[in-house]
Amino acid sequence: MSGTRPTTDLAVLTPAADRLARAVEAERSGGGFALRLRARHGVWLGIAFLLAAGAAEAQIGPLPDQGVFATLWRWIPFLLKGFTLNLIISFGAMAIGTALGAVLGLAQISLLPPVRVGSWIATQFFRNSPWLVLLFAIMLLFPYEIRIGDAIIPIPDWVKAVIGFSLPIMANISEVVRGAVQSIPSGQWESAESLAFSRRQTLWMIILPQCIKRMIPPWMNWYAILTMATPLASILGVEEAVNLTQQALVAEDSRTELLAPFYLFLLIIFFLYCYPIARLTQRLERRFTVKN
Amino acid sequence: MGASAGWTADQPIVAIKDVHKSFGALKVLEGVTIDVAKGEVICIIGPSGSGKSTLLRCINALIPIDGGSIKVEGQEVRDPALDKLELRKKVGMVFQQYNLFPHKTALENVMMAPIHVLKQDRIEVETRAYALMAKVRLEGKEGSYPGELSGGQQQRVAIARSLAMNPDIMLFDEVTAALDPETVKEVLVTIRDLAEEGMTCLLVTHEMGFAREIADHIYFTDRGVIVEHGPPATFFTEASDPRTREFLSQIL
Repeated sequence: MSGTRPTTDLAVLTPAADRLARAVEAERSGGGFALRLRARHGVWLGIAFLLAAGAAEAQIGPLPDQGVFATLWRWIPFLLKGFTLNLIISFGAMAIGTALGAVLGLAQISLLPPVRVGSWIATQFFRNSPWLVLLFAIMLLFPYEIRIGDAIIPIPDWVKAVIGFSLPIMANISEVVRGAVQSIPSGQWESAESLAFSRRQTLWMIILPQCIKRMIPPWMNWYAILTMATPLASILGVEEAVNLTQQALVAEDSRTELLAPFYLFLLIIFFLYCYPIARLTQRLERRFTVKN
Repeated sequence: MGASAGWTADQPIVAIKDVHKSFGALKVLEGVTIDVAKGEVICIIGPSGSGKSTLLRCINALIPIDGGSIKVEGQEVRDPALDKLELRKKVGMVFQQYNLFPHKTALENVMMAPIHVLKQDRIEVETRAYALMAKVRLEGKEGSYPGELSGGQQQRVAIARSLAMNPDIMLFDEVTAALDPETVKEVLVTIRDLAEEGMTCLLVTHEMGFAREIADHIYFTDRGVIVEHGPPATFFTEASDPRTREFLSQIL
């Protein structure tokens, strides 16, 4: 009747049982593990950056224009340009992945067995494939240009990366949709049916509107995961933040003392972007669990 | 539609005959027969797990039956060509857990089905919905969301929501079982008003006093069969089967 709540037989865990059950429930409805960025992670990053950069600065002594901070300062616009591409890839992959994932998720609750089984297989396949493998596959499978008549349209690598990232996002959003629909109590279906609503009407007017709220936190969670995964594209030569960092380091004669500060700087950028999303996700989650 | 053409009001509005239903190996209904006349109020009582709620769900085809026959206004529920949606427009149902749509206000809950299922005019439906909210004594709560209402209030909205479809028959599935004792009465009063207006009602209930007061006929079920039935005047005093007597002695 009421939602099944996992409980524990271990007396020591009973004070935490409710909290643990909520965490499990949240992760299940999110279709995967939950990302938990905390403010202290950012503080650690900041401290690590200052320590690494400070130590390196001390090593090379007071050479003007050669200092770690000065060098980094010069490269920041270049690095941020790379980060913009990370964001563009994340927006594109999220948009495509969400659109396809919504369709696939609805197919997973279809009454037609072939549709249901087919979409389930597709979901499981892309959900359980390593993202990097999917990226390589798309890079190799897609031509680098399309010829339509006389026009030759080149497909840049970053577009292929968008497609590659959208596949696992699609599969995970599919699970989010399926999980949300299944989390609606069966009484909602029953009462809608007894009021002579058709299945389609019940789904679109009664079930899905209730799902939207539940889907937003896991959806944002997947967006943050995706954003943090976008540097994978650097391996394939897409000129995003990590790739440009490598280029910058090479241009600086690969000075080893720059390595840690540059990469820590990158981590800080990613943190500054993802942390507010993680916080907002948690806030929304808390609000929705209280309401329901 | 055509199948119910032969039905006239002097025949049972719900004719349940030798109905069988199993869930896997579990036999829930093993030959249940009940006739309900138009305007009659039937109470079904019995221990938990005796198949009462399942029986109600078979009447509006929420659950398919395995054997026997259920005719609603002459329309066979088991007929594969049955238009379930047409059947459900005639049969309202209220549930133990209310099952209101939490993302809609009380008034919208009442208005949704007439507008989207019966395709009635919105303005007209709204007028009727306000009247129904008044009928279940919830004036002023039209704009409240289900989460803001007490259990008893939610259940009365659920009754109004069913009535908005202008059903010929109402099914009540333990509608007071989830309520606080102090709110049970307000729901029962609403149901009694309905019964007095001549609505055909089938109730599954544990409220013996209420059943005695409003029922025209009481059925006692146990393990999928009807053990005993009769009008309340005789049922409570002259029950002959030991199972009925034992149940009544526990609950009264």
